[in-house]
Amino acid sequence: MVRLDDNGDALIRVRDLDKTYRRGGQDVHVLRGLNLSVDEGEFVAFMGPSGSGKTTLLNLLGGLDLPTAGSITVAGDEITHLSGPKLAHWRARHVGFIFQMYNLLPVLTAFQNVELPLLLTRLSKAQRRRHVETALGLVGLKDRTDYYPRQLSGGQEQRVAIARAIVADPTFLLCDEPTGDLDRRSADEVLALLSGLASRYGKTVLMVTHDPRAAERAEVVLHLEKGALVEGTTSGPEGNGPTSKPAET
Amino acid sequence: MSPIPLIYNVRSVRARWRGNLVAVLGIAGVVAVFVAMLSMARGFQLTLVDSGSPSNAIVMRGGATTEMESVVTREQIQVIAGAPGVAHDEEGHPLVSGEVFVVAAFHHRASDSDALAPVRGVSEQALKVHRGVRIVSGRFLRPGLAELVAGKSASTMYSGFGLGDTPSFGGRTWRVVGIMDSGGSAFDSEVWADQPVLSQTYKRPEDLFSSVTVRLTSPAALGDFKRALASDPRLTVQADRETDYYAKQSRAVSTMIRVLGFLVASVMGIGAVFGAFNTMYSSVAARAREIATLRALGFGGASVVLSWMVEALFIALIGGLLGCIVVLPVNGLTTSTLNWQSFSQIAFAFRVTPDLLGKGLLFALVMGFVGGLLPALRAARMPVASALREL
Ligand SMILES: Nc1ncnc2c1ncn2[C@@H]1O[C@H](COP(=O)(O)OP(=O)(O)OP(=O)(O)O)[C@@H](O)[C@H]1O
Ligand SMILES: [Mg+2]
Repeated sequence: MVRLDDNGDALIRVRDLDKTYRRGGQDVHVLRGLNLSVDEGEFVAFMGPSGSGKTTLLNLLGGLDLPTAGSITVAGDEITHLSGPKLAHWRARHVGFIFQMYNLLPVLTAFQNVELPLLLTRLSKAQRRRHVETALGLVGLKDRTDYYPRQLSGGQEQRVAIARAIVADPTFLLCDEPTGDLDRRSADEVLALLSGLASRYGKTVLMVTHDPRAAERAEVVLHLEKGALVEGTTSGPEGNGPTSKPAET
Repeated sequence: MSPIPLIYNVRSVRARWRGNLVAVLGIAGVVAVFVAMLSMARGFQLTLVDSGSPSNAIVMRGGATTEMESVVTREQIQVIAGAPGVAHDEEGHPLVSGEVFVVAAFHHRASDSDALAPVRGVSEQALKVHRGVRIVSGRFLRPGLAELVAGKSASTMYSGFGLGDTPSFGGRTWRVVGIMDSGGSAFDSEVWADQPVLSQTYKRPEDLFSSVTVRLTSPAALGDFKRALASDPRLTVQADRETDYYAKQSRAVSTMIRVLGFLVASVMGIGAVFGAFNTMYSSVAARAREIATLRALGFGGASVVLSWMVEALFIALIGGLLGCIVVLPVNGLTTSTLNWQSFSQIAFAFRVTPDLLGKGLLFALVMGFVGGLLPALRAARMPVASALREL
């Protein structure tokens, strides 16, 4: 169960997370004392106004950026003190990223894009092929393996990106507005896939979205306000955010 | 460290070919010039080296480095002819060719001005000693006549030296009675005359020669031959293997061409390196999101550096290959230059050999490496989170 306080058994534990950017000689406090616990197999949606720090939070959870203060523990590993190469290795093992703009490499085919994370494993060529085919089959694109991203629709591209995110069987998925660039129908397909991954395969999915209909698919919706998270669909002062001023938008 | 697949670089290079063109053409140009200069030096060197035979020894006055500075008397030649190791013809005559070397100004067609040509006074023995020289048209000189045999390069390089022509120099008129071919060696650039006639014309004592070329019984006979000459009190001469003598002769000019080649290529190379640097740098900027994505997937900084270096080297290799293809037709092209040692014009052909092409490719890779290094490091240092925000 998702909780905004500390839970020793949770898969992901975030404690007193601060992120401050320096811009033009001024400190921009984006995250302030953020706490979060996510159990395995949960599907969590993050909402919040533009500039509230949703992407910042996902980047920290995915080990793409380092917090100013606080700690992030995933499956018992504290990641905030890992060095660059170790962090890269950790990402390869534990995180599957899904981006708003899909971020497929345009010069590689769907197959080659999905295969990329497997190149960081010890799997043989034949094993990699099996895994890639399974992942592409799961997102319903078995017949598009040799297509280049430009030959696919947006929804298909995002499904390839999902296949790439899950192919190495990561500990959790981080999705930053995965449907932000898709039409309703494609968005629904992608959301169905993500919630299926959580419900059927027990994957932990953390998703940022602006779309309330997308958020409905998640088991829990958290709002980012004033640098911290509050539960539910309304924002209010009862959240456990800090009392200081919220991050500017 | 897991490498980012090569296919990513190959396809990216192809997809961005317009942007890569600057780097490719820059490197190709430098490689072409570099290889051309080296093949010029190589051609010059081989032309001279081919002139010598390992079975021949050239004897000159002690201390002389060129035939121009050397004097050998007829008596000395007779002593030399009796030394051990000297080969003889069927009639038992020693294969010894006393030769007089002078330089004369002829009209050089290519530059439309006078150039200095080597003129060699020889006897019939010359053809038996210089085995590589063949009369390809006309005939050889008759003793006592003002006749000439022109090397095939000399005959085309200078006006008035075709078969049957009657050029004038040294205050008399000569007649070209034969054309000789030595297979591209320095003799092709020479004009041969009867030694006594040439000596008279240039008012030299008939008994004084510039050098003696001796045919030895075998290449191994040189040691005994040299020792015999050195221990004879009547002689103050030195003997060198003919191939060594010509190799030494070629050194100054071929080294000069080579140094010039390296200088020109280095200066141009700096430009090409900047071209490569620019190309790679803008490529990194344009593909920031791709790099960040690869980093997000878990590829490390070292993998990114490697991948970008591979791409820079790949682009450089394409440039290098293009440069090599461009320079290939230069192979065999003949040109001439002043040989400082004999102070006369010598014709030679560019020789584009595989090892020179290899050097050109290596040079291309060095340029790619230097030009790609900073962009590759920048690609790896790029902060992932902010690169992902860029659309
Ligand atoms: N590298 C940076 N340097 C300075 N400020 C930054 C940097 N990255 C993000 N910010 C700032 O941090 C704040 C939060 O940005 P973030 O991208 O996390 O917001 P978001 O909730 O994802 O917004 P959106 O819904 O528009 O994607 C913004 O005010 C942004 O300008
Ligand atoms: Mg965002």
